[in-house]
Amino acid sequence: MSQSEMSPMHLDALKEIGNIGMGNALTSLSQLVNQELSMTVPQTGFYPLEDVISQVGGEEKLVSCVILRVLGDIQGTVMFVFDEQSTYLLIDLLMGLPEGSTTMLDEMGQSAVQEVGNVLTGSFTSAIGMMSQLKLVTTVPVFALDMLGAILPSVMIASGRVEDKILAIENELFQSNQKVKGHFFFFADPDAVDKLLEALGLTE
Amino acid sequence: MVNENIKEIPVGIADLKVVRTPNRLITLGLGSCVGVCLYDPTTHTAGLLHLMLPDSTKFSQVTKKAKFADLGIQELISLMKKNGAITSKLIAKLVGGAQMFSGMDDKLTMNIGKRNVEKTREILKSLSISVAAQDVGGNKGRTMIVDATNGKVYIRTLGKQQKVI
Repeated sequence: MSQSEMSPMHLDALKEIGNIGMGNALTSLSQLVNQELSMTVPQTGFYPLEDVISQVGGEEKLVSCVILRVLGDIQGTVMFVFDEQSTYLLIDLLMGLPEGSTTMLDEMGQSAVQEVGNVLTGSFTSAIGMMSQLKLVTTVPVFALDMLGAILPSVMIASGRVEDKILAIENELFQSNQKVKGHFFFFADPDAVDKLLEALGLTE
Repeated sequence: MVNENIKEIPVGIADLKVVRTPNRLITLGLGSCVGVCLYDPTTHTAGLLHLMLPDSTKFSQVTKKAKFADLGIQELISLMKKNGAITSKLIAKLVGGAQMFSGMDDKLTMNIGKRNVEKTREILKSLSISVAAQDVGGNKGRTMIVDATNGKVYIRTLGKQQKVI
């Protein structure tokens, strides 16, 4: 489904899917780190790459990204973005270290962040799968800590998305005291949205 | 030394621009993308292309020529000509083409950066434009600034000192 064919109702449906999927995912992460986490209402739409980048903080912002491919009945790419400080705090939370212990990324920390991505994506896809009766699996996460502008286009190319505008479900997640902040993105592959809406009985 | 008359013109993703001395061009966050700088030292004209993919022929719809190495380089050369550059004097400098991800997923780690660099070099060779310098590969994102006065390219990488080629 292209941008012109998608009605506000379809976008609302995708927003709701994002809401349920992420809500589920966030509950899993809250349990994992034993902290209360919240999220914003998801945004859904076709965005130019540049807009996605500026929304998260600009091309040169140092971020850690966990990226997983969703495969199965529908395909897409899931990406979690945490800024530098949030990345270190997440590692502290996961490892049960006092806040501020982690100040750089080692292999252990990297795999901890990757595991966060794994847990979040797993619950996200299982919620969507349950709702739509579609079979979804995720790949092993890949990781990058670098400039956002360098990472995002590379992700898009690697998942075969080269259009000028990309369909994204996006929301912000944060810990109650706002110290950990992250962004979640789901980029649907071209025919994935049709299949998803069809499975939910939302196509005319 | 800060000269207010010097402008630093941003070049976006899948974008290209040309400036003349004393101005500069900047493109932020090159990952697997490649920044192709073309420079004519005789007229002090510099062009910069931020390309994403090697080959446009695999795609049925092409909306932005600057997204691809094959179309983007041609487009950059014709824009440089319009700005007074002499094609036979052009030299090239390449930045980017990194492999951004570490992990097990073959599809995500397939080396698009390397292919971008290879294709760019191949095209430049066919146009008899020599590559004077390059800073490519690796696994770090780069920001590049091109100075039209002397053709120098400044490269910023997170956690490292600025490099000049």
